[in-house]
Amino acid sequence: MDEAAPRTRAIVTAATRPALPPHIKLRHDAGRGKWLVLAPERVFEPDEIAVAVLKLCDGARTVDDIAGELAKEYNAPKQEIVADIVSMLQDLADKGVVKA
Amino acid sequence: MNEIAPTHVKEATVTMDAGEMRCDSASAPEQVDITCARAPIGLLAELTHRCPLQCPYCSNPLELERVNTELSTEEWQKVMRQAAQLGILQIHLSGGEPTVRRDLEEIVKTAADTGLYTNLITAAVLLTRERLQKLKEAGLDHVQISIQDVDTAADNADRIAGYKGGSAKKKLVAGWVRELGLPLTINAPIHRHNIKNVEAIIDYAVELGAGRVEIAHVQYYAWALKNRAALMPAREDFMTAAKATEKARERLKGVIVIDMVVPDYYAKFPKPCMGGWGRGIINVTPQGRVLPCHAAESIKGLEFDNVRDKPLGEIWLYGSAFQKYRGTSWMKEPCRSCPRREIDFGGCRCQAFALTGDAANTDPACSLSPMHSEWAQVAEVESHLPSPEFIHRRPGGASPKPAMEKTPAPTEV
Repeated sequence: MDEAAPRTRAIVTAATRPALPPHIKLRHDAGRGKWLVLAPERVFEPDEIAVAVLKLCDGARTVDDIAGELAKEYNAPKQEIVADIVSMLQDLADKGVVKA
Repeated sequence: MNEIAPTHVKEATVTMDAGEMRCDSASAPEQVDITCARAPIGLLAELTHRCPLQCPYCSNPLELERVNTELSTEEWQKVMRQAAQLGILQIHLSGGEPTVRRDLEEIVKTAADTGLYTNLITAAVLLTRERLQKLKEAGLDHVQISIQDVDTAADNADRIAGYKGGSAKKKLVAGWVRELGLPLTINAPIHRHNIKNVEAIIDYAVELGAGRVEIAHVQYYAWALKNRAALMPAREDFMTAAKATEKARERLKGVIVIDMVVPDYYAKFPKPCMGGWGRGIINVTPQGRVLPCHAAESIKGLEFDNVRDKPLGEIWLYGSAFQKYRGTSWMKEPCRSCPRREIDFGGCRCQAFALTGDAANTDPACSLSPMHSEWAQVAEVESHLPSPEFIHRRPGGASPKPAMEKTPAPTEV
């Protein structure tokens, strides 16, 4: 019945279309000069790469699409980026931060 | 991009190095170094001490504040705006039972409008579906419901809370929360009357649709300290429960996040209470007093500022109660030279005060405290004696006055 708390573990692959659920907020905090992810009773500090990925997690793009865009932007091999993103998003999905 | 991926996202659960904090000129005295302190991440807003439940481990003080002294709607709204300005990120709307306040929606709306992440911490028994809907519309981000036991042990749950039908109502409300698409956390305070059900409680949280469950082993302050002999679990039961929690964490990975609060009587090191005094959390009582921790008023001699008199940011930075135990310079030995001094901050000041008479002493939960072995014995002894009756949480309940004193004093004729 609910999307925020899947009753089976979601496995992230290159074909996954990740999204941030409405109660997870990616926000730039001017006072602290950094990006933050606000979650229930938790605050996460994404680094520059993670912010770039999370901004593209719109439920429409696949992990592969996101990696493609970042490969161009960072001039890095796409396959490496896919592996990196899959691992990062799996960790965040397990913490309930990303909907996979 | 060649690091191991999860390190791209660091977790800052309670404390965070805020670097520079925001402070507008109106909220800070002139010519102050506003980089000297960190803005708190979270504000615990105890909107009221009124509550229909009577849980014997309640973290509210033994002397409960009265309804006619509570902050007004406008005053709470001002607190929310000042909190956002200060750089606070999350508001935990708590009590007592926050839903007894009819203006909860207005307070939530102001908090949400200023960009604060709003978390309702509720016993749920007073909520209706319509009210939840209104709270959601006001901008509520997250709901946390406390439970006393699983639904198949509803009698036990209702006995602990001192509220008939509570368990069934909580289940109903949890369903509404999920139907409305709000994220849900289940908080389960654990003690000797439900510790054997820990695994079942976790499964029940999954059944209720929670994304997160807190297995909150009771911390022995306030009402819980008063009821310690009735609540303290045996060490072997705690170990079994801890193992069950670990197993469930593996089994339910990606299904539910399981957080556990360890009872410090059975921990190796003292807990870094509040993540360090005056470091990550700020607490406002129903009357508006601003505390570094919800139990701080138990420490005699501390003076607390009130949001009715001073802006929140000024109190956080300069309030004497916050300055008193902030950082490490107040420490005595063995804390002062301890390599863990900035990890656990000498444990809990309230516990140090309650058990040693001086809040600057090492928390007896630490093995380096001269009182440690005596203290550790307490749990061992009390947990193996038959449980005394609960002293239920209610106004005046902690020290019932003898009938004689209730007789009005004779007036002069």
